[in-house]
Amino acid sequence: MTIIGRKIREGMTDVQLAGPATLAMLVLIFLPTVIVGVLSFTDYLFGASSFNWVGIDNYIKLFGDETGRRAVVNTLIYVAVVMPSSIILSLIVAVGIHSVGQWSTGAANFLRTAYFMPVVATLVAMATVWQMLLHPSLGLVNQVLASVGIPGQEWLSDQGLVLYSLAVIGIWETVGYNVVLFLAGLAAIPRHLYDAAQVDGANHGWDQFWIVTWPMLGPTTLFVLVITATRSFRVFETVATLTNGGPGFASDVLVFAMYREGFVYFKAGYSGAITMVFFFFVLTLTLVQFRIFEKRVHYR
Amino acid sequence: MHHKTIKNGVILALLVAGAMLVLLPFFWMISLSFKPADEIFAPEIVFFPSRLEWQNYAKALSSVPLLRFLMNGFIVCGAILFFQILLAVPCAYALAHRNFFARKAIFGLVIAGLLVPYHVTAIPLFLGLAKLDLLNTYSALIIPFIASVFGIFLFRQFFASLPADIIDAARIDGLSESAIVWRIAFPLAWPAVSAFAVFSVVAHWNDLFWPLIVVSDPDLATPPRGILYFRDEEAGSDFGPLMAAATMVTAPLVLAFLFAQRKFIQGITSSGLKG
Repeated sequence: MTIIGRKIREGMTDVQLAGPATLAMLVLIFLPTVIVGVLSFTDYLFGASSFNWVGIDNYIKLFGDETGRRAVVNTLIYVAVVMPSSIILSLIVAVGIHSVGQWSTGAANFLRTAYFMPVVATLVAMATVWQMLLHPSLGLVNQVLASVGIPGQEWLSDQGLVLYSLAVIGIWETVGYNVVLFLAGLAAIPRHLYDAAQVDGANHGWDQFWIVTWPMLGPTTLFVLVITATRSFRVFETVATLTNGGPGFASDVLVFAMYREGFVYFKAGYSGAITMVFFFFVLTLTLVQFRIFEKRVHYR
Repeated sequence: MHHKTIKNGVILALLVAGAMLVLLPFFWMISLSFKPADEIFAPEIVFFPSRLEWQNYAKALSSVPLLRFLMNGFIVCGAILFFQILLAVPCAYALAHRNFFARKAIFGLVIAGLLVPYHVTAIPLFLGLAKLDLLNTYSALIIPFIASVFGIFLFRQFFASLPADIIDAARIDGLSESAIVWRIAFPLAWPAVSAFAVFSVVAHWNDLFWPLIVVSDPDLATPPRGILYFRDEEAGSDFGPLMAAATMVTAPLVLAFLFAQRKFIQGITSSGLKG
């Protein structure tokens, strides 16, 4: 067999192994990403036979018109509420579970499982449960509030409250995920650092937390921060199940606006522009995340 | 020492209280799913049903094809996972253990692909599926997800950690490359494969975005899509059966999680790269 013959055969094997996946990636991920970018500069409507180039009109509309801006601002508010709350809560819970783990592995495992449950549960189904809990007259939340004399609220139909109610569900859904990440970070802190801190006079848990735990958790915290932000930017299920972006666009967010404009109103061009803005936010965050991840790997 | 015991007790009590708060929606869902209607609509707080109202479950199963939704969930998740592995494993193997000119470029595509949330590709994929006349089919629910860059990445990292000796020995024994992929590398990659399977199934079982876009035929609805049909059809007033439906839709994954916690936590958090 000639060398050339063998090279061809080896090449065929490479194509056979890597070809299908590469082709699928190009057709299903990269080509569509380019197309949606191109569409965002047109007025294309689903089903239309032609379209016009409109430059950056779609983007101007998104940031210029009241409704479009609402979606952007609401998404940012949602992220700004969910991200810090979820991280602070999950850090507290993780430090607590870690300390329980020092004297009872069983109890620590049980707690971790409990906090992680919402992560695996079907969010749409759980959202209908939240709808019951937050129901203005029959809901447990308002009933409990009433029993201590606080007037009930219209959690999901009050324009000023709805976004924050959704954020609470978002926090509930993400805490367990972050707890697990923090627990892994805590387990990696060498025991002797705490002993050393104790020698230096840090006897209280609180001092030890600030001198050892917090600095050592730095990379994990950054990682959790970015992951929570990217996940929060994608908020869709709860909005689609509970509010449809209402009342009066008070809970409209980017992914839901993309869905509504594109697949309910068939404005593919405008929806494409919303997609690109959403993509820009997530891409920026993910690039930051990649850099952090690289650093973590290097320092290990 | 005594002081320490009290401190541990307080921490544990606070964590348990927090856990009960986190689990409250689950408890409430199951409690409501067994309550007779008059107890659901009672003005005072009733934590436990006075008797088990199995009618709620019967109604949830009879008024919409709930079993059909669950079956669709299994079919769609199973098919997605099957094709993802079928495509990703050989590619990951080639990237880790073969030397060819496009290797760097393909790995670059994988990394770049990790940056693209699937929502971004929705409009063009919808257009493509419409052109091919595939809307409202299982294919529309499956095809967009068969190229899992996360899967390729995960398997490549795993294969790269396999010693080259194993692969070389198999080559000397005369095994073909695809035999090495499926009979040697794939079984060894079981920890990565099972973690990926958990990640993939949880993501697609729970997804609403894509089924909402490409499927309007209730017979093809996946569980989350089905829940919305149910709620809208029942005009939002029949809460007991709705909660029974929510319980049945949530149960498969939650039960699987309780039986294989470590695997689930590993699988879901390993996706940190791609949230």
